[in-house]
Amino acid sequence: MNRTADIPAWAEIVTAALVLLGATITLIGAFGLVRMKTFYARVHPPTLGTTLGTGCIAMASIVYFSVLQTRPVLHEVLLVLFVLVTTPVTLMLLVRAALFRDEAKSEAGEASSSAIE
Amino acid sequence: MTWLLPHPLASAVLLALWLLLNTTMSAAHIVLGSAVALAGGWALHALEPPKARIGRPGAILRLFSLVFADIVRSNVAVARIVLGLGGRERTSGFVNIPLDLRDPYGLAALACIITSTPGTLWVKHDPLTGMLTIHVLDLIDEGDWLRTLKGRYERLLLEIFE
Repeated sequence: MNRTADIPAWAEIVTAALVLLGATITLIGAFGLVRMKTFYARVHPPTLGTTLGTGCIAMASIVYFSVLQTRPVLHEVLLVLFVLVTTPVTLMLLVRAALFRDEAKSEAGEASSSAIE
Repeated sequence: MTWLLPHPLASAVLLALWLLLNTTMSAAHIVLGSAVALAGGWALHALEPPKARIGRPGAILRLFSLVFADIVRSNVAVARIVLGLGGRERTSGFVNIPLDLRDPYGLAALACIITSTPGTLWVKHDPLTGMLTIHVLDLIDEGDWLRTLKGRYERLLLEIFE
C-alpha cells in the first residue's frame, strides 16, 4: 500500500533531504574506515555514522511520522540514545584489544632484540 | 517485596519503554513487558551498582548543548579529513589527561561523550591515578586538548555528579 500520497510536498522534501544527508555522512564514515592507515585512525570515521548519520535519519523519521500522525515519535529519540550509550562499549573493547596486542608485540620485540645482543 | 522489585524505578522505566516501543497497551504485551522489567531489575541488582547522585539540571542542559555542538563540529572536521580536504599534514596520537572526576557514572558519561565525538577515542583510564588516555585523530596541540576536555566537560560533569 502506498501511503506517501497522503504526505504534503514540503514534508517529502524535508524527509528525503534528511535521509540523503544522513546516508551521505554514514557513507563518508564507511569510506574513512577503508582510507585510514592505522587501526587507531580507522576507528574514528565510523563514528560519523553513529552520531550525525543516525541523527539525520532519525530526524527524517520523526518528520515523516509526525506528519502522518500514525504513532508517537519517541522511538527515534530512544534509538539515538541507545546508539550513543552502547557504542562506547564495543569501541573500548576493540581499542583495549588493540592496545593489548601492541604491548605484547613490543614486549616480544624487546625480548628478541636482547637475545641478539 | 524488595526481592521481587529491587529497583522499582528501573523496572517501571523498562516496562514503559517496552510498551512505548511496541506502541500497544494489550494485555499480552503488558505481561511480556512486566517479565522483561522484573528480569531487568534482578540483573541490575546482581550487578550491585553504586548509588548515583545527579544534580543541577541547568548543568545537564548546558552539557547536552555543548556536546551536541561539538559532535556536529567534529563530524564536519572528520568528514573533511576523510575526503582529503584541508590539505595540510595530519598527525594523530595519544593524549594523557589527569582527571579529577572519580564518580563512575560521571566517567561513563565522559566515555560516551568522548567516543561519540568523531576524532576522539577513549583508550584507557587508570582508576588509581585518575589518568585518562585518549586517542586524537587530528592532533595539533596536546595542551589544547587537555584544556578543552578539563575545562568544557569535566567541570560540568563534576558539577552534575559530585
